Amino acid sequence: MSTNHQTHTLTDILIPTPLRAYTGGQAVVAVEGATVGQALDHLTARFPVLRKHLFGDDGNLRAFVNIYLNDEDIRYLQRDETPLGAEDRLSIVPSIAGGGADVRAFAC
Amino acid sequence: MDTLTTADVTLSRDELRRYNRHLILPQVGVAGQKKLKAASVLLVGAGGLGSPLALYLAAAGVGRLGLVDFDVVDVSNLQRQVLHGTKDVGRPKLDSARDRLLDVNPHVRLDLHETRLSSENALDLVADYDVVADGTDNFPTRYLVNDACVLTGTPNVYASIYQFEGQVSVFGMPGGPCYRCIYPEPPPPGLVPSCAEGGVLGILPGLVGTMQATEVIKLILGVGEPLVGRLLLFDALGMSFRTLKARKDPACPLCGEHPTLHALIDYEAFCGIPQTNGLAQDDAAPVPEVTVGELKARRDRGQAPFVLDVRKPFEDEIATMGADQLIPVEELADRLGEVRAARDAEIVVHCRSGVRSARAVRMLTQAGYTRAFNLKGGILAWSQEIDPSVPQY
Repeated sequence: MSTNHQTHTLTDILIPTPLRAYTGGQAVVAVEGATVGQALDHLTARFPVLRKHLFGDDGNLRAFVNIYLNDEDIRYLQRDETPLGAEDRLSIVPSIAGGGADVRAFAC
Repeated sequence: MDTLTTADVTLSRDELRRYNRHLILPQVGVAGQKKLKAASVLLVGAGGLGSPLALYLAAAGVGRLGLVDFDVVDVSNLQRQVLHGTKDVGRPKLDSARDRLLDVNPHVRLDLHETRLSSENALDLVADYDVVADGTDNFPTRYLVNDACVLTGTPNVYASIYQFEGQVSVFGMPGGPCYRCIYPEPPPPGLVPSCAEGGVLGILPGLVGTMQATEVIKLILGVGEPLVGRLLLFDALGMSFRTLKARKDPACPLCGEHPTLHALIDYEAFCGIPQTNGLAQDDAAPVPEVTVGELKARRDRGQAPFVLDVRKPFEDEIATMGADQLIPVEELADRLGEVRAARDAEIVVHCRSGVRSARAVRMLTQAGYTRAFNLKGGILAWSQEIDPSVPQY
């Protein structure tokens, strides 16, 4: 969370397993951006299919997807406007439902 | 949890021997072991997470364990549900759980609730226990368990798993968040990454369920720092543990400053309401279908339509019915140009059971394929009705 917003700063975004299908299998994607919103824009520009999994039609982050800057939910920072520093790391943490109690893997 | 009274609890000679390794731990001791014996824990689900939970909590000497499950042991459960064995295939899970757990520890009292947890029974069930451990496998039950715990003031030791990853936290504690604080709404049914991409490493629920059991024991004993206000993320592939902050949301409709939810709701509707995005609405629309009998007859007459398989390649290795082309439904939108059939040709689309292929038919229709049909019942129906040599999976 430094105040050094150089645009060439790359921020790692950790992609959870369920969404790696839309990032070509990559678990970590490094993107540019001075804020969380810019970083996510760059991410979804590179992987357009990801966009509808993260954002609703209204452009807001979906209610079952949380974005963490390091260990803090961006809802409790400045959301999209949260500035990114050199050592910062973003994580996408969607809700998952599995309990290993069923063969849901093949339910459809 | 502070209300556990152990005044009337005694440990027999056999129990003192059995729990010796606990008794010599200063953090447990006789007092702690009596707390465990005085405690009651409700396990929702006797499956992947429920297996290690039940085994370890029984072994640890939790006095009363409630199990909610209505399922029957299937051979495909045994890859991860270590509570059950090969001899139990076909039996109700609660029957096999009872036999196994009473063998592990005959001092444990078991309440077997062979029912589906519902808005009608959840409050009564949950209120009868000191702690709930949520080992369910679907969003409606997750929200139901969460809400019932908050409404009854019962701690909810939560865990959830997907493929190689797990989440663990403790919800419903005074001052701490609930599941709704973290995830206000579930994903609409059509948008979750396809269930065909699911699957789970068998060991994963073992690891995550034992972490859950650890949190249950800590809450009962009142030792350590429970995962309140923290969401633990576990990644088996990276073998990494991370904890994120899980904050109580002041605007939470259930446990916030001005709650609007004061009773249980219809959780199927809550999780299944068509959202305003086109995807979920489209998913509700029926699509043209053909039966496996019709497809077989057409093939026999030498008038076979073009058959498109929209499963994953690995599923084709398990079972095949001779499709002309395979494009996983997740890739279809980007690969429509590769479909080797004319837009006015008859196309029969199949998957395992017919759900994914229905989605594919909608996509094809929207892309101008005028005669796309869904194979009703998928390759499972083909195996059942036409060709039993095709494995079911």
